[in-house]
Amino acid sequence: MTSYEASLNTEQVSSADALGDLPSAPAQRRALSTRLISALTLVSLVALWWAVTAFGLIEPLFLPPPSAVLQKGWLLATTGYMESTLWQHLGASLGRIGLALLIAVLTAIPVGIAIGRNRIAQGILDPLIEFYRPIPPLAYLPLIVIWCGIGELSKVLLIYLAIFAPIAIATATGVRTVDPAKLHAAQSLGATRSQLIRHVILPSALPDILTGVRIGLGVGWSTLVAAELIAATSGLGFMVQSAAQFLVTDVVILGILVIAVIAFALEMSLRALQRRLVPWHGQSH
Amino acid sequence: MALLELERISAQYPGTTAPVLADISLTLGPQQLLVALGPSGSGKTSLLNLIAGFVAPSSGRITLDGVPVKGPSAERGVVFQDDALLPWQNVLDNVAFGLQLTGVARPQREAKAREMLALVDLAGFEQRQVWQLSGGQKQRVGLARALAADPRVLLMDEPFGALDAFTREQMQELLLQVWQRSAKPVFLITHDIEEAVFLATDLVLLAPNPGQIVERLHLDFGQRYAAGEPARAIKSDPLFIETREHVLAQVFNQRLALQAEARV
Repeated sequence: MTSYEASLNTEQVSSADALGDLPSAPAQRRALSTRLISALTLVSLVALWWAVTAFGLIEPLFLPPPSAVLQKGWLLATTGYMESTLWQHLGASLGRIGLALLIAVLTAIPVGIAIGRNRIAQGILDPLIEFYRPIPPLAYLPLIVIWCGIGELSKVLLIYLAIFAPIAIATATGVRTVDPAKLHAAQSLGATRSQLIRHVILPSALPDILTGVRIGLGVGWSTLVAAELIAATSGLGFMVQSAAQFLVTDVVILGILVIAVIAFALEMSLRALQRRLVPWHGQSH
Repeated sequence: MALLELERISAQYPGTTAPVLADISLTLGPQQLLVALGPSGSGKTSLLNLIAGFVAPSSGRITLDGVPVKGPSAERGVVFQDDALLPWQNVLDNVAFGLQLTGVARPQREAKAREMLALVDLAGFEQRQVWQLSGGQKQRVGLARALAADPRVLLMDEPFGALDAFTREQMQELLLQVWQRSAKPVFLITHDIEEAVFLATDLVLLAPNPGQIVERLHLDFGQRYAAGEPARAIKSDPLFIETREHVLAQVFNQRLALQAEARV
């Protein structure tokens, strides 16, 4: 069962409880039927796609049939497109976002802790982050290209900036909302300032930090693909953009589907990580 | 042997002029279980925060064995009203937390933690998660955690205030047993009159506006319980009832005086 389905399931059970139903049997049946409806929606969408292409209602130039996209997918995965296989494009994109995420986590969490704990750090850093955060990253991409060229550095830097702000802000929020009683408890057990951060503040803020990472990754992925559309020689965004220039519609559709699947997988794995790392979150304690 | 002394302590909230506590003097020594009883607003929690070192007094001196109190420290252990346990650690790690902070190796600190859990009747709960415990069990873990760090004095901030009546009575009895066995001076604050009279060797009654001591009593009901007399027998003893009613009357007198003052 995926986490998405699991969360749906619990929603179903709780709403059944709220209505005063018998909790087990009806809720189970309704949860299953919800998933069934979702599955049916997807199946009918693909069936509709197949139907309009099979009956020639839309030209393949605009919408190739599902089978053609699948075939192209196989071709891309094995022989490649624009001198790279699908895996190489995918690897290029994931490598960029992975590197940017790593640097963002390593820098944004300490910055967030500083903002949350220290008045001076807050005074210095808060306006800076709040100033650049609302700017769409693509708006300052041209400036980054002027400064850093069109190499890997400018793309990683752009995604890094997009991911940094949500993580730093979420960390600061988490740090500010640490239960003062827990801090007092640790202090009265002899905790030093660094021990407080390591043993109380960081674990307390972890749910917020992970939420920040989730939001940051979502923004980062959109930014990455958009940046690759504009300035790149590899990556999923580049693959879609160059295929569009030659009207290779099946590659365009395939690329979009892969981008969607990756975004979904990132979100799901982070939710799983959140459940694993912070099992106490949401428990009444 | 630990001796905690408060000399003419006053305190106020930052940015205000009205004092929360005025001219409080107290001593807490070995074999003592000092209970501060008072209605809300009488500065009980402020008093505990001062002793714990979470806040500094505006005037006066707090010393432990002659050394001035400056900030929180492991020599003054605190048990909080809402347990304040760390949910990312299991029960054993929570109890061993103070020893972990001072760098005690894992086997030693876990052995000590197990010993403390046994002392509060929670042997076998080592691997539980905090959120799997009942309110009373959490408070016992909080007590074990404070004791494991081997403080000189134990401070308790309305530790049983959030518990149901049954659990509260059990916890009071447990506290007296632990106090007897660990031989640590205990400072406890409460707004529960029966609890105060039952537990205290020394009872101070606080009145609000500003928080001040209006009565001091020396009692022995807790010691009688520790010596083996059943709790119910003590609590139905006419002397106990008389003391309880006396304290209750004092609390009401203050309230009437306050109301009269407010009317003038």
